[in-house]
Amino acid sequence: MIKVENLVKRFGDKMAVNDISFTVEDGEIVGFLGPNGAGKSTTLNIMTGYLSSTSGSASIDGFDILESPTEAKTRIGFLPEQPPLYLDMTVEEYLNFIYDLKKCTLNRKKHIMEICDVVKISDVYKRIIRNLSKGYRQRVGIAQTLVGNPKVIIFDEPTIGLDPKQIIEIRNLIRMLGRDHTVILSTHILSEVQSVCDRIIIINKGKIVADQPTEDISKVLEGKRRYMMKICGPQKNVMDLLKSRQGVTYVETMNEHELDSTAYLIESEPGVDIRKTLFYALAENNYPIIGIEAMGVSLEDIFISLVDQTPQAKTKKKRVKTDPVKEEVQ
Amino acid sequence: MLAIYKKELRSYFTSAVGYVFIAAFLAVNGFIFSLNTIQVGSTGQRYDISQYYIMLLFVFSILIPLLTMKIFSDEKKLKTEQLLLTAPVGLVSIVTAKFLSAYTMFAGTYLVSCLNYYVLFRYGKPTAGVIYGHIIGILLIGAAFVAIGVFVSSLTENQISAAVLTITILLGTLVINFLNDYIDITFIRVVLSWISIYSRFFTFTYGIFDINACIYYVSIVIIFLFLTVRIYEKRRWE
Repeated sequence: MIKVENLVKRFGDKMAVNDISFTVEDGEIVGFLGPNGAGKSTTLNIMTGYLSSTSGSASIDGFDILESPTEAKTRIGFLPEQPPLYLDMTVEEYLNFIYDLKKCTLNRKKHIMEICDVVKISDVYKRIIRNLSKGYRQRVGIAQTLVGNPKVIIFDEPTIGLDPKQIIEIRNLIRMLGRDHTVILSTHILSEVQSVCDRIIIINKGKIVADQPTEDISKVLEGKRRYMMKICGPQKNVMDLLKSRQGVTYVETMNEHELDSTAYLIESEPGVDIRKTLFYALAENNYPIIGIEAMGVSLEDIFISLVDQTPQAKTKKKRVKTDPVKEEVQ
Repeated sequence: MLAIYKKELRSYFTSAVGYVFIAAFLAVNGFIFSLNTIQVGSTGQRYDISQYYIMLLFVFSILIPLLTMKIFSDEKKLKTEQLLLTAPVGLVSIVTAKFLSAYTMFAGTYLVSCLNYYVLFRYGKPTAGVIYGHIIGILLIGAAFVAIGVFVSSLTENQISAAVLTITILLGTLVINFLNDYIDITFIRVVLSWISIYSRFFTFTYGIFDINACIYYVSIVIIFLFLTVRIYEKRRWE
């Protein structure tokens, strides 16, 4: 079990982490979500003993990372944002070095081969890390965390800089590791945590904004449906038609034209799928839709939605600034 | 600790650094050795081996930084220090292992170069005590140099600036030692001779085993390794 209590980290005047507390039970996969600079990496770095906290504590299985660092560190496998690879080593040499470094006692050859099979790097086992692609390097980085079979594995932005195919592979791998390990991963990509994690901790500006099971957060997001539709026809008429439909809460023209169409940003009421309604309505009036695109939900939107659930005078003020679109609607 | 020691030692030979160091060291060493002993001796003059060691110290000031320049700076640059610092290994072990690996390179190469003395003993009659004194002196002063280099390397993430800074410090202390002879005020002389790591070397050159000098050099090593550990601790806390 991982226990983080009232963690504070100050860099000079800047509060990087401001009073964060949470616990992670054995076997959970927890996602740390937040925009860049939110304090994700700092928190992970403190938990792994790379940085010290200004105040507060972090412990793994009851071993405090500062008071009994060796005990705590043997229970953690950590992949920092940039995989810590010695480029002049072969994968074999590297993993053997890690094996020695972590004072591992498992059967050396068998253990390392098993890890290579799990992360699928057996085919590059004898190659020098410098010559490997980014995806493979990331895998070697993940392999490194598994040496010694630690209970807890911590990944800091594990898919950053990878191509879509590699991202999917790494996510599958993480999901698989979650079966036998407690996994904590940080990311600023919403879909990543949604697809991998059981639970999401959202942090912004060094504070925890939300700490909920993934399903709950997904439900909150359900309500936020936005589409970009490209519709042919006179702008004014189309606008009026769209606005008159039930379920549509907001329409805006976007400065994007293709042929004789205009792009519209359309927002709907929570839980209502307006695509069919709009399709028939527009077809009736002879305004063909030539494209529909679901607009992604940004992290900013999630913060607003989540903060909305626990309304506070302060956060409302913030909303005006960050989401003028929404404000207009109300 | 052993893992890091082996890894560091290995890294000298997977890059050019180790070979360059050994080759340059042996070549320059051989050259100045023959210059100061065989060349001088062949003219019928009495050779003075201490000249050889003074030159050798200059050579060390330039070559030892080669060994230590990337020892910490590279880890920082490649972000691999995060791996070491989050591994179940103490900071003291990390620093000691790195120091020992660089020192092994230095001492190993130096001991190989001691084959030169064979020629001396074969064809001349050197005072054995003086030679042994020198060897012990060199091994001690080399340890101090390596420790200083390790410390400087922990300050920066740029190898070149680490090397230049180490060379400057090592040559600087050498210069202080020469300047010292021209200073009249006793107090300053005493202080400077404490700073100058060379001053204590010379008792060894008379073939005297100076336990004070021995302690001095070991202290220098411990102080700089301790400072390196402190640098890392400070960085963690800041």
